[in-house]
Amino acid sequence: MNMTNNIIPLAFMAPGERGQIVEIRGGYGMAKRLYGMGLTPNSVIEVIVSNPAGPILVNVRGSRVAIGKGMAMKIFVRRI
Amino acid sequence: MKAKVAFIGNPNVGKTELFNRFTGQHQHVGNWPGVTVEKKVGKCVCYGNELEIVDLPGTYSLTAYSIDELIARNFIIEEKPDVVVDIIDSTNLERNLYLTLSLLEMDANVVVALNMWDIARNKGMEIDVKKLEELLGVPVVTTVAITGEGIEKLKETIVKAIKGKRRKIEWSYGKDVEEVIKELQEIISKEEKFKDYPSRWLAIKIIEGDEEIIKKIEESKYKDELLKIASRIKDGETVIAERRYKIIGKIIEEVLKKEEEEWSFSDMLDHVFLHPIFGIPIFLALMYVAFQFTFSFSAPFSDMIDTFFSWLGEIAKNNISNAMMASFISDAVLAGVGSVLVFVPPIFSLFFALSLLENSGYLARAAVVMDRIMHKIGLHGKSIISMIMGFGCNIPGILAARTIENKRDRIITVMINPLMSCSARLPVYILLAGVIFKSSAMAGAAVFSMYLLGVGLAIIMAMIFRKFLFGGEPPTFIIELPRYMFPKISNAARDMWEKGKWFIIKAGTFIFLVAIIVWFLSSFPWEATHGGVYIENSYAALLGHAIEPALRPFGWRWQAGVALFFGFLAKEAIVGTFGALAGESASVAVATWFTPLTGFAYMAFVLIYFPCVATLIVMLREIGKKYTLITITYTISLAFIVAGLIELIGYAVGIT
Ligand SMILES: Nc1nc2c(ncn2[C@@H]2O[C@H](COP(=O)(O)OP(=O)(O)O)[C@@H](O)[C@H]2O)c(=O)[nH]1
Repeated sequence: MNMTNNIIPLAFMAPGERGQIVEIRGGYGMAKRLYGMGLTPNSVIEVIVSNPAGPILVNVRGSRVAIGKGMAMKIFVRRI
Repeated sequence: MKAKVAFIGNPNVGKTELFNRFTGQHQHVGNWPGVTVEKKVGKCVCYGNELEIVDLPGTYSLTAYSIDELIARNFIIEEKPDVVVDIIDSTNLERNLYLTLSLLEMDANVVVALNMWDIARNKGMEIDVKKLEELLGVPVVTTVAITGEGIEKLKETIVKAIKGKRRKIEWSYGKDVEEVIKELQEIISKEEKFKDYPSRWLAIKIIEGDEEIIKKIEESKYKDELLKIASRIKDGETVIAERRYKIIGKIIEEVLKKEEEEWSFSDMLDHVFLHPIFGIPIFLALMYVAFQFTFSFSAPFSDMIDTFFSWLGEIAKNNISNAMMASFISDAVLAGVGSVLVFVPPIFSLFFALSLLENSGYLARAAVVMDRIMHKIGLHGKSIISMIMGFGCNIPGILAARTIENKRDRIITVMINPLMSCSARLPVYILLAGVIFKSSAMAGAAVFSMYLLGVGLAIIMAMIFRKFLFGGEPPTFIIELPRYMFPKISNAARDMWEKGKWFIIKAGTFIFLVAIIVWFLSSFPWEATHGGVYIENSYAALLGHAIEPALRPFGWRWQAGVALFFGFLAKEAIVGTFGALAGESASVAVATWFTPLTGFAYMAFVLIYFPCVATLIVMLREIGKKYTLITITYTISLAFIVAGLIELIGYAVGIT
C-alpha cells in the first residue's frame, strides 16, 4: 500500500478527520462483520474521538461505531 | 389459527421492548440447540390468532460468520416462519435496511416495524412510509415500543400478513452481477438438493463466498460449474455489500424527505465521556455513585427488614409455647424469609441504577473506556461493571453481566464474579485479622490483601476460561454506540420490577428452603442441642467433624469446618457460627483456633471456596447447569490450592 497516497490505517486518523475506506484487511470474518455495520469500501467515515490505545469512535452511515485498536489497524482509509 | 412469527433486528432497535409488549408474561427462555445463545419464545393471542413469537438474536446482517447470524438465518430458511417482523430504528434507515434487504432476498414474509418513531418525529425527520412500503413491497408500520404507540396496528398487520403474499421486488446489483446471478439461478433450479432455498438468495450467497453455502454447493454435481461462474465477480462479498448499500442509498433518497443530523450533542458528550485521560476517572466516579446507590441507599431498608424479622421472631418465641415450634417459626421460617428479603433492596436498587446507565446510553461508553484493559485479560469492556458490583454482593454483580450481549463473554464474566470479595465476607476478615494479627496495621493490610487476591485470581481464571473453555479467541471489539438519551424514571422503575421480581419468587423460595435445612441441621437432635443452643451437639457439628480431616492439613479445627458449612448459605453466617460455637466471646475462642498463618489461609479460603447458595441460584439461572458446576468445582479446588500455597510459603519463610 502506498503511504504517500495518503492511505493510512483508521487507527492513525485524528479526531475530526474524514476519509473513505479503501480496504479491509481483516480476513473473511472481520470484513463480514464490518459490512453489516456499514463499514464497506468506499464508505465515508469521520473520526469523532480517538484514544491513543483504546477504541476509536467513528461516524459511519449516520451511526456511531466504536472500533477496537486492533481492528482499526486493519481498516485502510484514504483521507479526504 | 396458529402462526409462527419471528422478531429480528439490529441491536438496540427496541426489539426486546417490543417482544415484551407482545408476549408479556408468556415467555420462555432457553438455548438454541447445541449453542450457548439465548432463545426467547413467547405467545401472544392477536385477533383470534395464536402467535408463537421467536425472538431471533440481534444482528446487523445474515452472514455465516457469527453464530448469532447463522441461527437467525437458519431459522428463517428451515423453520419458515409465517411472518418475520423486521424491527428498524427509524433514525438510522441506512444501516438498518441492510438487514431488511437480506431478509427480502430470502423470500421471508416480512413486516417492517419502524420503531423509535417518536425520536424520528422529534428530530423533524420526514419518512414517507407509503413510499417505503411500495419500494420494499412489504407492509411498514411505525411504532414506539416504549409507549405502545402503533402496537395494535402492528398486530393487525402481522395477522393480515399471515395469509397475504408479499409483492416480490428485485433490486439490481448492477449488470455484471445480475448476469452472474441469472446464470447461477438456472443451474440451481436444476438441482434437487437446492429445492428448499430461494434461488436468487442462493446465487447471491455463492457470489459472496458464504462458507455454509459453499459447503452445500460442494455436495452438488454442479459444484465446479457454479463456482466457475461465481468467480467472475472478484471479491464478491465486498461487491455485494457495497452495491447493497447503493441500493439502500436510492431507497433513502426517495423516502427520506428531511433529515436532521442530531448527533452534535451526543458527540459533544462523547468527547467528555470517552476522553483518553478523563474517561476512566469519570467512569470510576459514576461507578462509585452507582455502587453507593446500590448498597448505601438500600442499606437502611435492608436493616429495617432485618430488624423487623428479628422482632417478629422474638414475638413468635415469646408467644408460642411449644419450644420446637417457636424455634421453627422464628429461626427457620421468619429468619428464612428475612434472609431473602434483605437482598431485595440492593437488588432492586441495582437494577434501577443499571437501567438508568443503560438507557442513558452510558453503559456502551463504559465498555469502550474499559475495553483496552479488559481486553488484555480476555474479558469484555462491560465485564468491569459486573466485577465492581460484585464487591458489594455477587448477586447484583452477576445480574449486571446481563448487559453483555455475547454469551461467551457473559459466561466468563459470571464465572469469575464469586472471586470478587463481596461485603458479606468482610466481617469474617475483620474478625479473623483482628484476632490473629498483633498490630492493626497488619490486620488492615491482611484484609485489603483479600480484595487484591480476589481480583488477581479473577484475572488468572478469566484467562484460563477464555483459553480452555472458549477456544482462546479474545473478543474483537466493535460496538455501536446508541445516542445519549435522558433516561425515564418510569422506565427504570419498570425494568427494576420486571427483573427484580424473579429474585423474590424463584431465588426466594430456594434460599428459604436452604434456611430451613440449616435450621434443622443446627438444632437437631433437639434434646442434645437444647433447641439449637449447643451447636456442638448438632448434626451440623457432626458434619464439621466429618469434613475435619480435609481441613486438618491446614491446621483448622472442626469449628472452622462447621462455619464453612454454614457459609454455604451466606458468608455472613460464618461469623455468626463462630459466635455460636465459641459462646460469649468469639474473638477469644478464635484466637485459640488459629495461628496468624492458618488464620490468614482460612481468610483466603473463605474468599474463594464457594459462592453462597443465593449466588449459586442466580448463577444457575444466568449461565446454566454446566458452567455453574464448573464454577463450583474450580472455586473449591482453587480454595484448597491457594490456602495450601499460603501455608507452604509461610512455613518456608518461617512464619507460623
Ligand atoms: N424513544 C424510544 N426509545 C425506545 C423505543 N423502543 C425502545 N427504546 C429504548 O431503546 C433502548 C433499547 O431497547 P431494547 O429493547 O433493549 O433494544 P434491543 O437491543 O433491540 O432489544 C431501551 O433503552 C429502550 O427503552 C422507542 O420506540 N422509542
